[in-house]
Amino acid sequence: MSVHTEGTPPARTPAAGMPTPAASASAAATAPTASVLPNRAPVIPAVEVTGVSRIFPGKKGATVTALDTVSMTVAPGEFVSLIGPSGCGKSTLMRLIADLDSPTTGSITVFGKPARQARIDQDYGIAFQQAGLLPWRTVAGNIELPLELHGVGKAARRSRVAELIELVGLSDFANHFPDQLSGGMQQRVAIARSLAESPSLLLMDEPFGALDEMTRERMQNELVRICGETGAAVVFVTHSIPEAVFLSDRVVVMSPRPGRIRDVLTVTLGDTGERGENLREEEQFFRAVSHVRELLHGDSTGGEASGGARGVDVR
Amino acid sequence: MRDTATSNGLWRTALPPVLLGLIVVAIWQLAVTALEIKPFILPGPFAIGEQFSANLANVWAGMVVTGRNALIGLIVGAILGILAAIVSALLRVFDEMAAPIVAAIAVVPIVALAPVLYTMFGAAAETARQIVAGLAVFVPVYFNTLKGLRMVSPVHRDLMRSYAASSWQATKTVTLPTATPYVFTGLRIASSLAVISSLIAEYFGGPVGGLGKSITSAAASSNYGLAWAYVLGSILLGLLFYCAALGLEKLVTRRRSG
Repeated sequence: MSVHTEGTPPARTPAAGMPTPAASASAAATAPTASVLPNRAPVIPAVEVTGVSRIFPGKKGATVTALDTVSMTVAPGEFVSLIGPSGCGKSTLMRLIADLDSPTTGSITVFGKPARQARIDQDYGIAFQQAGLLPWRTVAGNIELPLELHGVGKAARRSRVAELIELVGLSDFANHFPDQLSGGMQQRVAIARSLAESPSLLLMDEPFGALDEMTRERMQNELVRICGETGAAVVFVTHSIPEAVFLSDRVVVMSPRPGRIRDVLTVTLGDTGERGENLREEEQFFRAVSHVRELLHGDSTGGEASGGARGVDVR
Repeated sequence: MRDTATSNGLWRTALPPVLLGLIVVAIWQLAVTALEIKPFILPGPFAIGEQFSANLANVWAGMVVTGRNALIGLIVGAILGILAAIVSALLRVFDEMAAPIVAAIAVVPIVALAPVLYTMFGAAAETARQIVAGLAVFVPVYFNTLKGLRMVSPVHRDLMRSYAASSWQATKTVTLPTATPYVFTGLRIASSLAVISSLIAEYFGGPVGGLGKSITSAAASSNYGLAWAYVLGSILLGLLFYCAALGLEKLVTRRRSG
């Protein structure tokens, strides 16, 4: 097995995990072990973000508030999109959930554990805007990377990789190198890699951002199918409204400077399994799209928008 | 079709330099003959060629001695350079401590150390020359490797962090492969430096037999054609090292162009 020098396996005590929670009252309230919450629903949420702020130090002592007391919950198996203009902190929020960065205040738990412990325990898979493949490894070599790092045996690795390549439809390309693939194919490899360890949570940061519209829609169809098959919860960062509506159970609309959650829209377009090409032509799809657009532009339509929102936003 | 194209391409790459070389040799020979230049100033290319083929065994022996020193220096210097660069990349403290020392090594004309090293290791040993070559190699390998180790793309760094990879795992899977092309650039520069510095180090003393010593002794005994034959041997040795490094680089990094 691999040795993680990065973190001592025993979970950090909550007190140590939240160095400065006193600033935020809500964070202080949830700080004592998020895993022991007798008053909450029995189902442990896949992601729970409570009063999270992220303030970056700027030039000459100025600070940039990327996220301002954001709270949200993602249920197991739920597909949640974060949408907003650039600079609204959606990617920052995803990076915080992935523990690639730490919140300035507030707390984040993933399956009831602090984000850091969840990362060490490999509770999530992640895909970025750039495919981020290792150019000196073949498609198969890239997909098996996480398995290899975590000490999975060679035979088990091979069969899992074969499964995943099949899943993303690249069986003929197992021994190709990334530079021989199109952008869409590279992104599919990255998605296969993020699924390698069958995570119950997928974090995706604009994975289709660099693709053309046709490839993009095909990839969305595939993602919907894959999520249906794996039952993973997904946090999906995007700036495409139709993409967010098509994929999601809920769309979290964010506003910039400082990054806040403006509203949360529940999209009821049927189970992931039933979504298909035709959905994009349907009346309710267009309604949801224009609803999200109104929310994004944030004009006086706030009142009517609250009909679709679910009250997870603690501002 | 394809074959013709490739051989045509090869022709087009190889022909101009070969042609230029032949023209230069012809002008050289013509000038030496027509202007009656004395051989101690510049012997003609045919005279050098004659001496070269007549003393082939001696030149070869010199190439072996100097080449061996250069190779040992190259290997040891490169290994130390790569290891030091890895440590510097992992430990900022070490980098800060090492930076002025490496800069000093880079600035000092390394062959100037040769006389000192001959007294340290004895004038009968080749050690001093190997150390000079090793030091000359160390600098470009160290700097290029360190640069390569710092070229890891942010997305790969994030990926390794998301996998909770240990720093050794991250080094092995991402950092080292990213750095490899840079390491080979350093090695390519170092390969010529190794030959040059081990050869120049011979001018400052030590045992006879190498190309450097042979050039000086041939020139001292007014055997200018022979001296030039040894110079030709040095050029060939340098080319051999350079081409070997280049070939190795092409072999290892051919899959990275994407």
